[in-house]
Amino acid sequence: MAEFSLPKNSKITKGKYIKAEGATNVRKLKVYRWDPETGDNPRTDTYEIDMDNCGPMVLDALNKVKNEIDTTLTYRRSCREGICGSCAMNIDGTNTLACTKSMKDCKDTVAIYPLPHMDVIKDLVPDLSHFYSQYASVQPWIQTDSVPLPDTERLQSIEDREKLDGLYECILCACCQTSCPSYWWNGDRYLGPAVLLQSYRFLADSRDEYTGERLEDLEDPFKVFRCHTIMSCTNTCPKGLNPGKAIAEIKKLITERHAL
Amino acid sequence: MKTSNRPLSPHIQVYKMPLSAKLSILHRLTGLALSFAAVILVFWLFTLAFLPHYAVALQGFFASTLGKVILISINFAFFYHFCNGIRHLFWDVGKGLELEQVNRSGVIVIIAAVLLTTLVWTIGA
Repeated sequence: MAEFSLPKNSKITKGKYIKAEGATNVRKLKVYRWDPETGDNPRTDTYEIDMDNCGPMVLDALNKVKNEIDTTLTYRRSCREGICGSCAMNIDGTNTLACTKSMKDCKDTVAIYPLPHMDVIKDLVPDLSHFYSQYASVQPWIQTDSVPLPDTERLQSIEDREKLDGLYECILCACCQTSCPSYWWNGDRYLGPAVLLQSYRFLADSRDEYTGERLEDLEDPFKVFRCHTIMSCTNTCPKGLNPGKAIAEIKKLITERHAL
Repeated sequence: MKTSNRPLSPHIQVYKMPLSAKLSILHRLTGLALSFAAVILVFWLFTLAFLPHYAVALQGFFASTLGKVILISINFAFFYHFCNGIRHLFWDVGKGLELEQVNRSGVIVIIAAVLLTTLVWTIGA
């Protein structure tokens, strides 16, 4: 059942304000903080950033805070070029990657929260284990019964390969997954946009021979059909993919299967 | 370290809903409103058939400003839910799911609902 307000231990309090002494070109980061060791409620700390001494992206600003202002700030980051998906977070109300989001495209005070409706491990680090186990549940690998010819790959026509465009590029950052209100309310049983896009990636693959079994497994009132085409997922995807459309294709496949 | 006291990160409190999401919740709210409206409609028909005194009173109420606001709202809810329902039918056959199309059809649905409601209350009245 949908729980619209935050639980008592999750209500956000006002935190510290840290000034940037002597800076002229100042921007502010308002960052969600939660320390598992104190047991206090989460708070938002605001940091002034001297933009004359900072890189252009939101991740650069976060790195500046961590390196120069407050080393206790915790967040995930790795590739800094939008391919690892680690720095997914809610920036100015929309889920995106901090490394590909320019400070110029943000409000004067950039509000940064962890991915929405997730258990927080610390600061901007959400617990993604449920997401990963849902991903594993759709068996995201090619499954076959046929034995390939010796010394050859499983070949695909150019047209069949093109069916995977817009699907294989997903980096599993969970931006779309955690932007979906339906996933917020039913995330325990609804698979969510990112997992369903990956599920469709193998349904659409001409080399996979387990389409029937896969569709059988997805047939459930919750796994797929909690998608109400809200399209928050497609709006937020930092890679410009369309999970909403992939889910619609799965719904079509399930329906067509019954029409036969 | 205890893990059970982990807070839940903020969701509707901080999320900036895109147009498509706002229209989606409007679809649900208008659907809800229409189910109440259906009860009003049945009650109205019931009074017309069996309780003429109440029917006259109800007629009077619907002629008042508040009554009219309620009727126009129900009317808009109906047309919005109807038009957006058609939009959903297109989505169900896999059409119009690109982001630009979704945004465009959303605006069209709103304009259509406003237009149809105005039409009913100008030409129809």
